Amino acid sequence: MGVENLDPGEPVNQDVNKVDRRRFDTLVIGAGGGGLRAALQLAQADAAVAVVSKVFPTRSHTVAAQGGMNAALANVLPDNWHWHMYDTVKGSDYLGDQDAIEYMCRAASRLVIELEHFGVPFSRLENGSIYQRPFGGQSQNFGGEQAARTCAAADRTGHAILHALYQQNIRAKTHFFDEYFAVDLIKDQQNFILGAVVISIETGQPLIIEAKTTLLATGGAGQLYRTNTNARINTGDGMAMALRAGIPLQDMEFVQFHPTGIAGKGMLISEGARGEGGYLINKDGERFMERYAPHAKDLASRDVVSRAIATEVREGRGCGPNGDHVLLKLTHLDADVILKRLPGIRDLSMTFAHVDPINKSIPVAPTAHYTMGGIPTNRYGQVVVPEFQGAEEPIPGLYAVGECACVSVHGANRLGGNSLLDIVVFGRAAGNHIIEFLGETRYHRVLDQDSVDRALEHLARWDLKGDGESVDDLRNELQRTMEDYCSVFRDHDVLDEGISKVLDISRRLEDVRLKDHSSVFNTARIEALELENLVDVACAAVNSAFARQESRGAHSRIDYPERDDKHWMKHTLYFKEGHQLDYKPVRMKPLTVEAFPPKARIY
Amino acid sequence: MSTVHLSVYRYNPESDSEPYMQDYELSGVTPDTMVLDAMIRIKAQDETLSFRRSCGEGVCGSDAININGRNSLGCITPLSILKQPVEIRPLPGMSVIRDLVVDMEPFYRQYRAVQPYLKIKDPIPEVEFRQSPEQRERLDGLYECILCGCCSTACPSFWWNPDKFLGPAALLQSYRFLADSRDQAGEERLNALEDSYKLFRCHTIMNCVQVCPKGLNPTKAIGEIKQMMVKQLI
Repeated sequence: MGVENLDPGEPVNQDVNKVDRRRFDTLVIGAGGGGLRAALQLAQADAAVAVVSKVFPTRSHTVAAQGGMNAALANVLPDNWHWHMYDTVKGSDYLGDQDAIEYMCRAASRLVIELEHFGVPFSRLENGSIYQRPFGGQSQNFGGEQAARTCAAADRTGHAILHALYQQNIRAKTHFFDEYFAVDLIKDQQNFILGAVVISIETGQPLIIEAKTTLLATGGAGQLYRTNTNARINTGDGMAMALRAGIPLQDMEFVQFHPTGIAGKGMLISEGARGEGGYLINKDGERFMERYAPHAKDLASRDVVSRAIATEVREGRGCGPNGDHVLLKLTHLDADVILKRLPGIRDLSMTFAHVDPINKSIPVAPTAHYTMGGIPTNRYGQVVVPEFQGAEEPIPGLYAVGECACVSVHGANRLGGNSLLDIVVFGRAAGNHIIEFLGETRYHRVLDQDSVDRALEHLARWDLKGDGESVDDLRNELQRTMEDYCSVFRDHDVLDEGISKVLDISRRLEDVRLKDHSSVFNTARIEALELENLVDVACAAVNSAFARQESRGAHSRIDYPERDDKHWMKHTLYFKEGHQLDYKPVRMKPLTVEAFPPKARIY
Repeated sequence: MSTVHLSVYRYNPESDSEPYMQDYELSGVTPDTMVLDAMIRIKAQDETLSFRRSCGEGVCGSDAININGRNSLGCITPLSILKQPVEIRPLPGMSVIRDLVVDMEPFYRQYRAVQPYLKIKDPIPEVEFRQSPEQRERLDGLYECILCGCCSTACPSFWWNPDKFLGPAALLQSYRFLADSRDQAGEERLNALEDSYKLFRCHTIMNCVQVCPKGLNPTKAIGEIKQMMVKQLI
């Protein structure tokens, strides 16, 4: 194997195609909580780390997380990590991998405390410890009374954590490429990942970033749906880059619809609102969750609450002139609770629903929120694929964490408060594993020019001139299609039609043309690249959903209303090539404790 | 439903010798339509218009722009409260990269300059630092800053000395750490602010307070820092 003796971080000029090259030990793509936590671990270990982000880091979508982060600190009510593990396995509808779930729940307390030491301004209890609130799907003692496990900084926990992690990276002198967009991974013939081709949004110029390891931390794909709680940047970029590199996506049929997005608009109203005592009512003023989840009521798992709302609406008990939403009632709460614990959602309600929750209920509806599926990884963040003899062989040099990954701790349904935990736990774990890998890997491999050329061709495709459909029209059509054909309730015929519509959009993508071919801060080009990513991810979602003939977690098939453990307790793998599907077993064996075998899921 | 007239600042360095204002007309505007919604609809017709945006709900701070002479976030400013034609310009005092996109680096540089991270000198315990609800409350009105830049780019002192005066946003962050009961670098932080520019170029014009989309009060934070300095002298 040939090697070039250059120091990491050193600009390399002898390039073919006159594309600039930079060289680092590690490339982190995405500067949300997962990417920043990993970058911090690496920078503290003196690795040369480059973080590429299409937005300035504190604009990443972690900033919008509201309610909090789960850890069994037991500051308010008795708790322990094993109960948290049970709740997470049950919440996942037994599709979560129990080794990863044990790892996450055990690490939680230590990592929340570490964030506190990083400066996160958590809300406080009288004794000065971190404030915790009840959240959906939480129990004491394996399914007993409600637990209070969610550590919160008012209802701005994501903002507090993202800013603190960025600040720590400033302290650690991490190297940032702000407003650079990652186009494609660079992969050689031996399947090693060697970095990525990125473009500077400001200049429009491509750049090759070579790295011994590459970490994808690009977040979810909420923009697949017309109404969603997500930022406009959540376009599944890392997932699609993985697909194009021949890597499958796992469990993409599982899309979480958050029960309480502002009706018709989508802004998130935190589950913390129900954790603090709020509840849902239908047009008759009935607290309907008592019928669907007699024990946990409004704090049942999100999939359960979203289905209940959708059912109320379908059966004619929705509110408003179109009967298309329900109401979230907080008016019975002390105004002080809303002002101190929920100031952010009060702002959002007043701005977007013209309602002050202190004296009027908020109109809410299930809204696309979170992608449970993603790039398959093990609990070290290594991307794993079926290859040779094993179902989970690591791809050398490639890692993924956070919403773009599927480790899988969320299985078929994520619990509220577990996503901030996921990014911190696995961001750190991936950082540690990369440090080990770097210890054994002294030199960069030779750059694969074919792979670079393919990425540059991909980019050049948008220089084509002429008439054609617009990016905007096709994206709107995709979002409407996903909303109509791959939503809360699904069945064979609807999904079948959904597949043909998404495939049609995928074909028409070739005829889309840009009118703006300028270089400097051309956001139209970025949106075109994002649309390609969304289309790739949409294909994964509809095909995976069509094939899974059961109802589990967020995937509700009207034609297969029961969970079918005999045939379907397995992970889906979708490959872009020929839209092939494959399956692999759920990792049922935890690290140290007994497995939680599947049982009926009642809240 | 009504029609709205907008006048938008345009400049593409590759094709324009100088900036100009372009007029747009949008129909079907409802009382709920925000300025950012309008900009997105304009971009659907004319994809050459460039601007930053992300969360669309006033949390990420991407879409700070100057609307009818006042800095604000496009995503939480309803068109219905604005006089027409609605004039949309980039944040003032910053160099324009293209259209409504400005170079934010001078702003970020000042943010980094205040060392915006908790500094602990004691050994780190295995549990959380204790902080009473009252101590924590001192951070309210400080930690919520989204780094949108509305305040600093509305500040005449920052326009004149963007390299020497830290500006309201960075000073608010400086005070966020000075006010944190856990931070152990108060003296060091105050000493670092001791020159005639970094802090003392604030002339309490209070534009920052007027424009902050999160309702924060940088002028008050700056006053608190000055008081801490006086206390340190005594």
